[in-house]
Amino acid sequence: MTREALVNGALIAGLVLVPLWAWMADEPFIITLTTRAAIFALAAVGLNLCLGTGGLVSLGHAAFFGIGGYAMGILASHAQSYQPIMETPFLINGTKSMPIIWLVACLASGLAAALIGALSLRTAGVYFIMITLAFGQMLYYFAISWPAYGGEDGLSIYVRNGFPGLNTLDPIQFYALVFCILMLTLGLMSRLMKSPFGLALNAARQSPLRASTVGISPYRLRLLAFTLSGMITGLAGALFADLNRFVSPSMFSWQTSGEIIVFVILGGTARLFGPVAGAVVFILLEHVLGGISDYWHIHLGLLLLAVVLFAPGGLLGLIAGRRKIHV
Amino acid sequence: MSLILLAEQVLNGLQLGVMLFLMAAGLTLVFGVMGLINLAHGSLYMIGAFAAAAVAGATGSFLLALMAALAASAAAGALVEMLVIRRLYARDHLDQVLATFALILIFSEGTRWIFGSFPLYLNIPEALSGPVTLPGGIQYPLYRLALIGIGLAVAVGLFFLIQKTRLGTRIRAGEADREMVAALGVNISALYTLVFALGAALAGLAGALVGAIQSVQVGMGEPVLILAFVVIVIGGIGSIKGALVGSILVGLTDTLGGVLLPELFRTLTGSDGAAASGSAVASMAIYILMAGVLLFKPTGLFGQTT
Repeated sequence: MTREALVNGALIAGLVLVPLWAWMADEPFIITLTTRAAIFALAAVGLNLCLGTGGLVSLGHAAFFGIGGYAMGILASHAQSYQPIMETPFLINGTKSMPIIWLVACLASGLAAALIGALSLRTAGVYFIMITLAFGQMLYYFAISWPAYGGEDGLSIYVRNGFPGLNTLDPIQFYALVFCILMLTLGLMSRLMKSPFGLALNAARQSPLRASTVGISPYRLRLLAFTLSGMITGLAGALFADLNRFVSPSMFSWQTSGEIIVFVILGGTARLFGPVAGAVVFILLEHVLGGISDYWHIHLGLLLLAVVLFAPGGLLGLIAGRRKIHV
Repeated sequence: MSLILLAEQVLNGLQLGVMLFLMAAGLTLVFGVMGLINLAHGSLYMIGAFAAAAVAGATGSFLLALMAALAASAAAGALVEMLVIRRLYARDHLDQVLATFALILIFSEGTRWIFGSFPLYLNIPEALSGPVTLPGGIQYPLYRLALIGIGLAVAVGLFFLIQKTRLGTRIRAGEADREMVAALGVNISALYTLVFALGAALAGLAGALVGAIQSVQVGMGEPVLILAFVVIVIGGIGSIKGALVGSILVGLTDTLGGVLLPELFRTLTGSDGAAASGSAVASMAIYILMAGVLLFKPTGLFGQTT
């Protein structure tokens, strides 16, 4: 067993044991905190696919996080008010059922990612960073100025949406749901990395020219990776909105995009569990430093600078040793 | 809609455009010469505005405030370049994004710590307050007109600096071939610090000038930074000319779109609800412009094709 596998095992054990302990000790706040960490981890796992494996630095993943959140908000608010979303040409009602909301969130954010990706991937490098950031900001302003769903104030949902057979209002049951989704997605990612698609995507990052010489089109691969990545982050957005029972334009803000990148880098790029480690550490820092000082972002900024300048492999890189990267 | 209102909006668009140019010029210069993407450029804008507001509050002089803004942002830029940015030139863009994101957190929270969370106000100088009457009977605030003038003057000065002076030649040479310039005896790291400080001073100037018509608060820089990114994507990275054209385009599109689109939607459908969707679409107008440019010229209007 490698050290990385040990660290991964410890992370999973922590994600199981800490909420279980909190449940027995009757500390619902700790469970909510862990749920937040798991949801952020899921969003970052999505970004890691395009950022780590694909080498595409997207600074606009808040777009998909927000779309997922608004998919939940719109569906649930219509179900709450018994107003159909649309009547012509056919009737669409709102819903409070999580599986349907997740499906809609994935489809909507996937569609947006395909559109944004198709345009942004025509460019590379620093243009790509700026363009994804700009599209994220576009949706932010759209959400603010679109009055139908709360505009700047956002949307509140009174009761958390339901999942067949579970009481989702119970923190530990909702956490179990989030944890299962995170583990399933991580399993899918680990399969995906070893699949021909993952290998080709990796190859296209290391040398687009060589990849195209052997008949792989980097553009199509990257577009697919970007779309998948957006769908996962969108799903995380729907869960995040359900956790808070609230969506607002701030889910679309550039700070959200920045934070999702921070989770990935803090943990370690292109490692399966890097985003999970990053999100967990971020939530811990927020909780611990936020309790000490109102200005905890300064400490976070200094820590980030230190990681970038002195520990390029992220925290997992520090603990598990730098992995040999085939160049 | 009257012609006078339209003319006012065109002037507003120009004013936004030239201020965006001050931001975009520094960004594009730093990217062109050093190959660095700097998210913290918005923080330098904020530093300029805060320095101006603090000095204006203490002395009451707008001119001193402007000089303080230039000095503070240039000093902050030089300091950051020597401490952090210098280590990032050889890194990939991801590291640059992350490190400069960390700088935003440090600068924003640091400013909040020093000045508090409440916005500061910077008053328009006495000599420039009040409206003037332009030909055609248009009443327009003198200060905003002065902003357009200052912006255009800086643009001309920058062209002169880059094209005609020895320093400009070195900057352009540094853009083309870093090693060769160093081999010819130019102190390249001092040149880089200077270019970064110059870009920072331009951002700080913009922050101070705009600070007098908006409130001076933490987080004021980032929306402008993102608009400047849109400008650079449209104009082409590394091109000062592209930055100027892009800024004016973005400034006009944003301002005119915000006025005309709701009006257009209302006229087309005859309902106020449509006007609200018009303003929602208008908030996206510049991004649609950017997407349109990307479709036809992925490297921007004046960018080099690779």
